[in-house]
Amino acid sequence: MTSLNQALGHDGHAHHDSGEQKVLGFWFYLMTDCILFATAFASYAVLYRNTAGGVSGKDIFELPYVLLETAALLLSSITYGFAMIAGHQGHKRGVLAWLAVTFLFGAAFIGMEVNEFHHLIAEGNGPNVSAFLSSFFGLVGLHGLHVTAGLLWMAVMMFEVIKTGLTGRALTRLNCLSLFWHFLDIVWICVFTVVYLKGVL
Amino acid sequence: MRNCSPPRLLRWLSPFALALLSGCQGGILDPKGRIAADEKSLIITATLLMLLVVVPVIVLTLVFAWKYRASNANATYTPKWAHSTKLEVVVWLIPIVIVSFLAVLTWRTTHQLDPYRPLSSDKKPVKIEVVALNWKWLFIYPELNIATVNQIAFPKDVPVDFRITSDTVMNSFFIPQLGGQIYAMAGMQTQLHLIADEAGTYKGFSANYSGAGFSGMKFDAVATSTPADFDKWVAQVRANAKPLDVDAYRRLAVPSENHAVAYYVAPTPQLFDAVVHKYMAGRTSLALSDDDIKLAALTKRLCAPAAARSVN
Amino acid sequence: MLLGKLTLDAIPYHEPIIMGALSGAGLVGLALMALITKYGKWGYLWKEWLTSVDHKKIGVMYIIVAMIMLLRGFADALMMRAQLAMATGGHLGVFPPEHYDQIFTAHGVIMIIFMAMPFMTGLMNIVLPLQIGARDVAFPFLNSLSFWLLTSAVILVNLSLGVGNFARTGWVAYPPLSELGFSPDVGVDYYTWALQISGIGTTLTAINFLVTVIKMRAPGMKLMQMPIFTWTCTWANVLIVASFPILTGALAMLSLDRYLGFHFFTSEAGGNAMMYLNLFWAWGHPEVYILVLPAFGIFSEVVSTFTGKRLFGHTSMIIASGVISVLGFMVWLHHFFTMGSGANVNAFFGIATMVISVPTGVKLFNWLFTIYRGRLRFETPIFWTLGFMVTFSIGGMTGVLMAVPGADFMLHNSLFLIAHFHNTIIGGAVFGYLAGFTFWFPKVFGFKLNERLGKAAFWFWQSGFYFAFMPLYVLGFLGMTRRLNHTDNPAWTPWLYLACVGAVLVACGIACQLLQIAVSLRDRKKALDVNGDPWNGHTLEWSTSSPPPFYNFAKLPVVHDIDAFTDMKEKGIAYQVPTSYEPIHMPRNTGVGVAIGGFTTILGFALIWHIWWLAAAGLVGIVGSMLVRAFDDNLDYYVQPDEIEAIERERFERIGIDVDAYSERVPEPKRSSDVEPATLV
Repeated sequence: MTSLNQALGHDGHAHHDSGEQKVLGFWFYLMTDCILFATAFASYAVLYRNTAGGVSGKDIFELPYVLLETAALLLSSITYGFAMIAGHQGHKRGVLAWLAVTFLFGAAFIGMEVNEFHHLIAEGNGPNVSAFLSSFFGLVGLHGLHVTAGLLWMAVMMFEVIKTGLTGRALTRLNCLSLFWHFLDIVWICVFTVVYLKGVL
Repeated sequence: MRNCSPPRLLRWLSPFALALLSGCQGGILDPKGRIAADEKSLIITATLLMLLVVVPVIVLTLVFAWKYRASNANATYTPKWAHSTKLEVVVWLIPIVIVSFLAVLTWRTTHQLDPYRPLSSDKKPVKIEVVALNWKWLFIYPELNIATVNQIAFPKDVPVDFRITSDTVMNSFFIPQLGGQIYAMAGMQTQLHLIADEAGTYKGFSANYSGAGFSGMKFDAVATSTPADFDKWVAQVRANAKPLDVDAYRRLAVPSENHAVAYYVAPTPQLFDAVVHKYMAGRTSLALSDDDIKLAALTKRLCAPAAARSVN
Repeated sequence: MLLGKLTLDAIPYHEPIIMGALSGAGLVGLALMALITKYGKWGYLWKEWLTSVDHKKIGVMYIIVAMIMLLRGFADALMMRAQLAMATGGHLGVFPPEHYDQIFTAHGVIMIIFMAMPFMTGLMNIVLPLQIGARDVAFPFLNSLSFWLLTSAVILVNLSLGVGNFARTGWVAYPPLSELGFSPDVGVDYYTWALQISGIGTTLTAINFLVTVIKMRAPGMKLMQMPIFTWTCTWANVLIVASFPILTGALAMLSLDRYLGFHFFTSEAGGNAMMYLNLFWAWGHPEVYILVLPAFGIFSEVVSTFTGKRLFGHTSMIIASGVISVLGFMVWLHHFFTMGSGANVNAFFGIATMVISVPTGVKLFNWLFTIYRGRLRFETPIFWTLGFMVTFSIGGMTGVLMAVPGADFMLHNSLFLIAHFHNTIIGGAVFGYLAGFTFWFPKVFGFKLNERLGKAAFWFWQSGFYFAFMPLYVLGFLGMTRRLNHTDNPAWTPWLYLACVGAVLVACGIACQLLQIAVSLRDRKKALDVNGDPWNGHTLEWSTSSPPPFYNFAKLPVVHDIDAFTDMKEKGIAYQVPTSYEPIHMPRNTGVGVAIGGFTTILGFALIWHIWWLAAAGLVGIVGSMLVRAFDDNLDYYVQPDEIEAIERERFERIGIDVDAYSERVPEPKRSSDVEPATLV
């Protein structure tokens, strides 16, 4: 019976909170998030031409600025990868250092996005001007909200690693955050392509 | 008491019997136009086709349940029998066959009964533009230069081409005895083509809930027996009409319930297009012609200081 | 400013009906609290139920919520039927549109989101882990959290009765009617936040149970050997994961429109209301399969159990459910053929819809062939099942009829449509849940429900259904459209009376059920389920005691067959006494779920009434509670073998197995034909 259990990957004693289950659950969560983003993309696709006589993407997107933003986020994904490598090697300080770098890149991304939004609204191109701007702010804002939540989570994880070290629990959580972070990167690449590149071209 | 009960029962049932006999009047089973008749026969055909499988299923359910009741020790009992490829093929095939027939029927009738499809007729269609308002219907006859509220007329056997929009929330334009419904949506224009085969007054209403006054959002569709009768009706409209300029329209658009029938003449040209355009302005830019520029000016007047649109 | 839009005017003092309902509910609540206090049960309630992470208790709480909401939703239904029976021929009835339009909106929302969904989730919670031989779900705390999110949403919906008002838009809340311009008060906000919160809870539940079936099946159980109810729930969970985020997105966009002046669905500035229709039904159509698939699973379990037979075509049932799930996602447009999408599009979606009737038809045939050559015991669950098979066939047929666009142009939005979906949701989903309720009740509480009252309830429900909804089919043909406040067509009146009679009959059915619970509780000693297998069941939930111990299984069962427990009974190892026990790892109860639910209620209420400081406080509370949980190290414990031994010994003694003698004298293996169903004992 014990061998059967092991063969099937079941462990009668440690049913709960095993890392494997959490990561699988997190994958399912990411699927739901993926569909949420798909909904936002679909609404953008339906509405992006409805500018209500106001500005269109061509008028407001500054590609070099967005490229810089993109670079910050992509780099943060790489540095998060380094944090995970350090984590698997059990280097607590390495993890903390790389997480801090990732956090800074992420914060830079969010800062730039907030700045972009602020400029748009200040120039009278806020989300209540047209359906195009609504769906733009909706989609990009949804992503930004996710990144912000990711940053908060990252701060909590740094605190946890400082406090308890690289326990199994911390590694599982870092693993989930890693999935989340890379996922947001992929979504951003879609945002960049569908919204900014297509808008400017 | 005993001999009392049949009449009492009859008295109880009589409203339903009456309702069944006369009740079809006004409903979709009492069509008075080509489209409605086709849709009725489609409903009947499809239902019969499905009953071919539904009735046996219901009968078999009851028969099997009775036959294989636990107390019936004579019936065969095979507790482990749970698979039969032959039967599985049959149970998948029966619904597939029925659905295939239905699919063909659906494809054919959906195109045939497409509300956007103009009806074939040697007569020139009557054109009516429909605007759903809170909570009444405005009908514009662009070719006759008249407009009405909550009443339309047209000669029988003459196709009627409706162009439909809404200057409020979504409604659904429906005259059951003449044919199926179509939504009336702000900033959009839908079409419906109907024809009456018999003269009569048919009930029309909104079939999509639109707020507090929804229950009273009804109109009469009068199919006159001759074109001359229709002309008489038009003359009557003209005789009792007020002009429908932009201001009159905006007064009309203020929410009101159970609005009485009203007649108008000389509706502002392009009023219908302007109502559509009012909400289209935000959409994909249109190629601008002179007409469009005139239209834009009219739209602007319609919108001017935001017309009273709130329910409260 | 401190209270946002909230003023004393929000409380409807001048509405006697509402105030009566509120004070009635308040009195019942006070009486309950007084009783709990009198018997000193607050501690028990908190420790054993509210903070529980045990899937069985959470399941019971879900079903209690569902039943309370059934009463509320049904009261709405009665009011609607009464209004329409009175408001004919010039009379306006008792409810003006202002009030009536809230009633039908609340009825729809409550019955679907707060009655059917929690009932389904409750049954799944109770049964699914037991059926796959697991000790709990994958994430027990998350399960508790899901429940409390639902409760939070339920509280918000019911608050709308006394504070402010509910939406007057119909349960679909189509814009632009649901936009600020046409619905300026808080009704729609109650609607969006309640749905949003419960939707998140539902999504978390689905994720939880998907991981559970993938990771926690008993040793030996292959995926295709999972019991059919578990399978249909799994398909429903797949649908939830795939469709609920669309609702979340659509409602979020509607809220952005209403709160921040966005233009997703407004008529002005380029918004597109029809996008909402598409998004709403891209969730809404899968939703009906989410409701009905688990019910199909229940009927399958019931039919195979009460015929004493294997389910016919287990694999084909699983495939059929899968096909239904996939197709269910591709047919949403049939909810608005009348939008004018063009003949090709309409025909495509119409035909795709009909194709769903193929796997559904297969299911019906499979149930038929399960009854074929069986030994059908006519107990209450089988009544619901037979009633379903007859009723649902009709509902399915009218559904396919409405999938033909040419027919739908006539029947759309008519009372025919209302009759159709009640035909499938009552005759399909609700009958299934009620069958499941009777079927699994002894498992949860250890005694069976009164048969006579159960059957009476069935006949009232069944006849009430036909009386209430067959007239609606007729009214649809007579051209009556839905959501009317009053009518003036004499031909409709008798049918409206008849429908009202139907509603009263259903009310009798519900009364019988409440009475059934009370009577069964009183007579429980006479109907005790001693060995845990009252119906001679096939699957693992019947292999443990009734009620099951909190760890479900002292030893995880090893599965070799689809009907795992029948297999064990046949091999004579069904009631085998283990030689020794090992420690069992269990999660600790926690109040964090309750706390997050409470903070979410505060957040929702504050957002509805624009009380921003309170919303911020609620949000901080939610995040804070999550952090407390994240850094809690005392989450679980081990149940020690001696405690397990004691519990199991008591159980075996109840059945009459001498535990001490067991090691020396192995009892004769029992054949399944020897195992009498407990009903006969």
